[in-house]
Amino acid sequence: MKNSYETVLILNPVLSEDQVKESIDKFNGLLKSFKSDLVFKKLWGLKKLKYTIQNKKTGFYVLFEYKMDPNQIHDFEIELKRDERVMRFLTVKLDKHAVTYEENKRNKKAIK
Amino acid sequence: MIEIAKKSSSELRFLTPTKVELSGKKKYCRFKKMRIKYIDYKDPVFLMRFLNEQGKLLPRRITGNSLKFQRKVATAVKRARHIALLPYVSDLLK
Repeated sequence: MKNSYETVLILNPVLSEDQVKESIDKFNGLLKSFKSDLVFKKLWGLKKLKYTIQNKKTGFYVLFEYKMDPNQIHDFEIELKRDERVMRFLTVKLDKHAVTYEENKRNKKAIK
Repeated sequence: MIEIAKKSSSELRFLTPTKVELSGKKKYCRFKKMRIKYIDYKDPVFLMRFLNEQGKLLPRRITGNSLKFQRKVATAVKRARHIALLPYVSDLLK
């Protein structure tokens, strides 16, 4: 059985655009290799951090929403930890209310 | 003599119960009223309403949230802090 999850990544702002693309492709590939279904992907772009992480004031935010087997999450997070380009990440399990909320949010934007 | 009179009046002030002004509005849980079921941690502007100037969580007696949603607000704020959307400590947040 698969659960819905959501991961927010903060990538190092020093990376060039190509490197950012490359790392995002890498995470996409990782998600595929863990047999998960990608629901939604969004780049928030470069944002100011409210406090410094690794002495950096900005970060490149990436959001993934996907369905994955709960046993695989741990391995996926280890892969994120190993990557030096990821400054910080947060994985959250989405309950049914959260899933509908995210869907509504996306639909609203699509109409606009 | 005048001093004594002053003293007694000040003591009197504490003996008589202070008037508490009751505002007509009753506090309510905005999530229950608006039927919001999920609190998004990715929206720092909304979460700001539940923080004071130092970035601390406001208590329930001020926000009026029900216990269930106060807990959800707390987790959402903590998540937002982890991904640097909200500060852990700050001054003059608003």
